[in-house]
Amino acid sequence: MSNAVAEIESLQPEPSAEFQGDWFTAPPRHEEPENLPSWYLELRAQAWHQFLETPAPFRTDENWRFANLKQVEFASLKTGEIVDEIDPIIAETRERGLRDVAARFIFANNRLVLSETDGLPEGVICEPLIDALLAHPELVRTHFMQEPARLGGAKFAALHGSATLSGIFVHVPKNVVIEKPIEVAHWAGGDGTTIFPHALVIAEAGASVSVVERHRSLNESDATLTIGLADLAPEDGGQVQYVCVQHLNDHSRQVQLNGTRVGRDAKAVSGFVNLGAKWIRNESVSRLTAPGADSRMLSANLADGDQEFDQRTLQLHEAQHTFSDLLYKNALYDHARTIFSGLIQVMPGAHYTDAYQKCRNLLGSDEAEANSMPGLEIDADQVKCSHGATSGQISDEEIFYLMARGIPAQRARQMISQGFLNEAISHLAGEELRDAIEQRFEERFAVLA
Amino acid sequence: MNQSLSINDLHVSVDGTEIIKGLTLDIPKGEVHAIMGPNGSGKSTLAKVLAGNEEYEITGGSVLMDGQDLLGMEIDERSRAGLFLAFQYPHEIPGVSNANFLRAALQARLPKGEEIDAVAFYKQMYARMDELEMDRKFTGRSVNEGFSGGEKKRNEILQMMMLEPTYAILDETDSGLDIDALRIVSQGVNAMRSPERGFLVITHYQRLLDYIVPDKVHVMFDGRIIRSGDKELALELEEKGYDWVKEELAA
Repeated sequence: MSNAVAEIESLQPEPSAEFQGDWFTAPPRHEEPENLPSWYLELRAQAWHQFLETPAPFRTDENWRFANLKQVEFASLKTGEIVDEIDPIIAETRERGLRDVAARFIFANNRLVLSETDGLPEGVICEPLIDALLAHPELVRTHFMQEPARLGGAKFAALHGSATLSGIFVHVPKNVVIEKPIEVAHWAGGDGTTIFPHALVIAEAGASVSVVERHRSLNESDATLTIGLADLAPEDGGQVQYVCVQHLNDHSRQVQLNGTRVGRDAKAVSGFVNLGAKWIRNESVSRLTAPGADSRMLSANLADGDQEFDQRTLQLHEAQHTFSDLLYKNALYDHARTIFSGLIQVMPGAHYTDAYQKCRNLLGSDEAEANSMPGLEIDADQVKCSHGATSGQISDEEIFYLMARGIPAQRARQMISQGFLNEAISHLAGEELRDAIEQRFEERFAVLA
Repeated sequence: MNQSLSINDLHVSVDGTEIIKGLTLDIPKGEVHAIMGPNGSGKSTLAKVLAGNEEYEITGGSVLMDGQDLLGMEIDERSRAGLFLAFQYPHEIPGVSNANFLRAALQARLPKGEEIDAVAFYKQMYARMDELEMDRKFTGRSVNEGFSGGEKKRNEILQMMMLEPTYAILDETDSGLDIDALRIVSQGVNAMRSPERGFLVITHYQRLLDYIVPDKVHVMFDGRIIRSGDKELALELEEKGYDWVKEELAA
């Protein structure tokens, strides 16, 4: 470690004044190898510094409009204890996860507890981040934490960068297609535990890969925080699909920041499925950097009780002849609250852009609140764009139709609501993945009052 | 017990306006009855009321299905008890596949804890779809979403075939069908005719009754049955038009 780095790390940080509540006083760390590359140590030291410098979310910030800022008051958090009993976690992950995978990783409180990589084609690097930092430091360096957080989550991104040694690094070489998905499960437990799931996924020209990440709680009572970041880069003609399936307990909170950088004729699919948690903040940015780039952004969310889901998106068209399509769907019950704020931004010169954005809300209760803020900024010509947000209830006619076939009222409502969410899921590649997500929704709907 | 769908002096209102004004009709098992009538005579209201649509207020009369009080039952109970309505305008249910929809309907008929046999279910469904000349791709598509008018009607008949009701009401199933679809749909209905099943076929046009030959024809006008007869009545009506009945009624 260089002296400069040591110096930065030893700075006694002042808790950020704007951040209400008892914020961290040192980067949350757990045991790590001694020979981590120096660029990484420098980068994370800078990230910690940046975390301290960056103001906390504040009400007048457009990116935090309608947000419940109480939810970003975090008491001092820690990386969590080592989880001893890993067999039940592994069993549960297997049972509820995908059967047919190219690789599977399980993390508990930031630490790897299982790694299976037998199904990977030759030439693919698919490793826990910590291993990749040691084995392929220069390759990781080129891609690691390169994208700024543009939608208000810069402070969280910095904290993530200062702490993460959890998650995976995937690099798929030219023209290699990984048919089966890679599944990564992150478990969190212990009051105040913070986990930092990281996914860095690069598909070179003509390569293709799908990653499914699952965020789970070790028990139903502990309040944990997940600060995850996924960086997806399909290069020319490459394809990357990434879905984060969040099913945390109802005391836990999650911040998940997704970024895609889509190259020439490349395709990215970036999805969120939210089933659990007390509060979540999702930010998803897709940059379309070269002609032929194609980006799909999807989300299916089921919120009940007093859950709050806050989602912000940006479709950034930087080049001509690019395509993006976003579909976010929320089914809300009880006092649940959702926020969707999405911007399509067509940069000067990005002519012949096609960009679409839809947010649809299904209100299952009069007290539920769905906020939608769609937006467009166009600085180019020959552009096709549309955006829209709708909120509605299940129609009596639909219920009547199902009941007239003998389906009881409650089951009919469930089926219609689930069908509503399935529409977003149906755009994901992988039948087993779609079925598994539908199954989770079905279980979730079954216990809904 | 009376083995029929028996409607007795039924009165129905919507928003205070009476639409069905004392209608009496008995459809015994094994028979096909047709109701014809001009637009606005209350035909479709009758169909929806029988299925249990709550938009309508029943102000008098009774409906017994094999002796059971139909009007006292919930919508889904009526279906499980053996009543089926083929909708004039079948609803689209986005994101719910046709197969899952049918499966849920059949599952609802099983005792608690019992699971439907998936293999037998698909086998039966495919056989029925073949009869109706429906492409297999319809099993995975969302219920009625993006279906043409004819495809929707076929889908209604598919549901009827799968649910095997005791009494089936077909509400203007012929509307929007071309001649080929009409033939296929009618074949489906005819294949279901049995001594154990009664049909009420509601239509505006006589054409359907060339394919589904009724045992009795009733003419409905202004919320009542004003005339009943055999299948010849339908032909007479086609020839002379509805004004003929209205004039006779006025005379």
